[in-house]
Amino acid sequence: MIIDQKTIEHIAKLARLKVNAEDAVEYGEQLTKVLTHFQQISALDTTNIEPLVTPVDIEFFAREDNVKQENTTEEMLQNAPEKAGNLFKVPPVV
Amino acid sequence: MDLTQASFKQVSEAVKTKKISATEVTKFFLNRVEQLNPKLNAYIAMNEAALNEAAALDVKINKNENVGPLAGVAFGIKDLLCTKNLRTTAASKILHNFIPPYDSTVVARLKKSGAIILGKLNLDEFAMGSSNETSYFGKCYNPWNTAYVPGGSSGGSASAQASRMAMGTIGTDTGGSIRQPASFCGVVGIKPTYGRVSRYGIIAYASSLDQAGPIVSSVEDAALTLEVICGQDENDSTSSTKKVPEFSKNLSTNVKGMKIGLVKEYQKGELHPDITKTYNLAIEELKKAGAEIVEVSIPLTEFAVPMYYLIAASEASSNLARYDGVKYGHRAEFNDLASMSLEDFYSQTRGEGFGKEVKRRIMLGTYCLSSGYYDAYYNKACQVRRLLRQQYLDVFKNCDALLSPVTTSPAFKVGERSTDPLKMYLNDIFTTSTNLAGLPGMSVPFGFSSDGLPIGVQLTGAHFEEQKILNIAFALESISETKGRTPNVF
Repeated sequence: MIIDQKTIEHIAKLARLKVNAEDAVEYGEQLTKVLTHFQQISALDTTNIEPLVTPVDIEFFAREDNVKQENTTEEMLQNAPEKAGNLFKVPPVV
Repeated sequence: MDLTQASFKQVSEAVKTKKISATEVTKFFLNRVEQLNPKLNAYIAMNEAALNEAAALDVKINKNENVGPLAGVAFGIKDLLCTKNLRTTAASKILHNFIPPYDSTVVARLKKSGAIILGKLNLDEFAMGSSNETSYFGKCYNPWNTAYVPGGSSGGSASAQASRMAMGTIGTDTGGSIRQPASFCGVVGIKPTYGRVSRYGIIAYASSLDQAGPIVSSVEDAALTLEVICGQDENDSTSSTKKVPEFSKNLSTNVKGMKIGLVKEYQKGELHPDITKTYNLAIEELKKAGAEIVEVSIPLTEFAVPMYYLIAASEASSNLARYDGVKYGHRAEFNDLASMSLEDFYSQTRGEGFGKEVKRRIMLGTYCLSSGYYDAYYNKACQVRRLLRQQYLDVFKNCDALLSPVTTSPAFKVGERSTDPLKMYLNDIFTTSTNLAGLPGMSVPFGFSSDGLPIGVQLTGAHFEEQKILNIAFALESISETKGRTPNVF
């Protein structure tokens, strides 16, 4: 299996990651090597096996639906890189 | 009182009975950090309020108020756990300036039990690594020999603990990140059963694998810490409602009649001779102590590394999508925000903010989840994961615990493996299947390499059977040649 540069560009776009040309070549080679090695699991028979996500049987519990005021607007905005009043400032989205 | 050797119990008792103040204990460790940290780079942020918090605890004690079981015990926290008003970065540029407005549940419970938070500990960026070489804040070093890595990803925790820059530390373990550094640095580390410890406020890497746990100097301290941090939390729906046993009170070195399994498949690979020596010695000692040693087979452990990386990278690519430069963290500089496309805004911010290894795993995960590949990689790995867990469940029907090496070799040299990701990933051969199956696992120091580096052995238990592995570790610890030995860091 080979992860070519076109695929790397496609993945980087999906992941919203700017990758420079030099790194793209390196990632292509490394992902090819890693995925080739990892392909060994394809030989295992998993017919009719449900995928497992949560590894432990967890008893479901629900919280009381109470309103709690644990954080203030100021606290939640204190880390914002740029803000305008009580809003996060971002590029135009529409 | 020698604070570098005293147990949590001894110190908290002394603090409560005013033989020593929490302030004195805190000062002692802050002083050690000042002296040793420049050599080891284990801490990447200090809690400026530590002395005030210790003084407040002393006031409470003077008023005879109730303080918790860890009163005055000084902790370092892996910088993956949110700490209110104390910078939390995941050792990444993308969070280099993030100040959480809340505490993670683990930290909140430690504070409530009287522990003092000294500062935040180094790690591989976003906990992705086995050597603590990918931190944005620089590498961390092994206190036994600074030419060697402390392991990872909780390298800062293990390094700080081994050099006694804290009485106790917290690490997290997604594929071995507590057990491997604990082994490399000669300290005790336990990853509890998935669901035992709340993940609320812990920066997520791979949510179905992540668990926090103590990296400390003794099995007793580990047991006591677990009692404080385990248990249901309404803020984490995957936290277990199961009652938390009194682990420290139940500790016993009696392993007579316990059935301990050795995984057949682990005997095939190449082991460093010093690892084999330590592992064999542990087997012999447990036999002498009356345990029954049996061979067991878990064939799918051979596929643990591919399974682990496919799942962990997929979950990471999804979890790390939240870092977009909008609400918190690093944002790339733009001259004119109004003329930017949102897509360029995101990709430039993320391209700058994440380090190489994190990007590599995001790329791998994105590929595995992308249209046309989802079934072949992510879904396939999750199916095999179910089969692997079943093989473990079957083995634990006839077995109390499993004993194995933690890694194939003792700590490796700084820089030795960082250029080859696959080689680095294959380090995790003995540790990843524990997380995939959600089992508790721990590392207890049991020997030294010919180069004088510590070596641990690994114990794995059935779901929620932490007590059994703690007791076996307690037995091993009582006769370990590493007992009471600390690195010569001055």
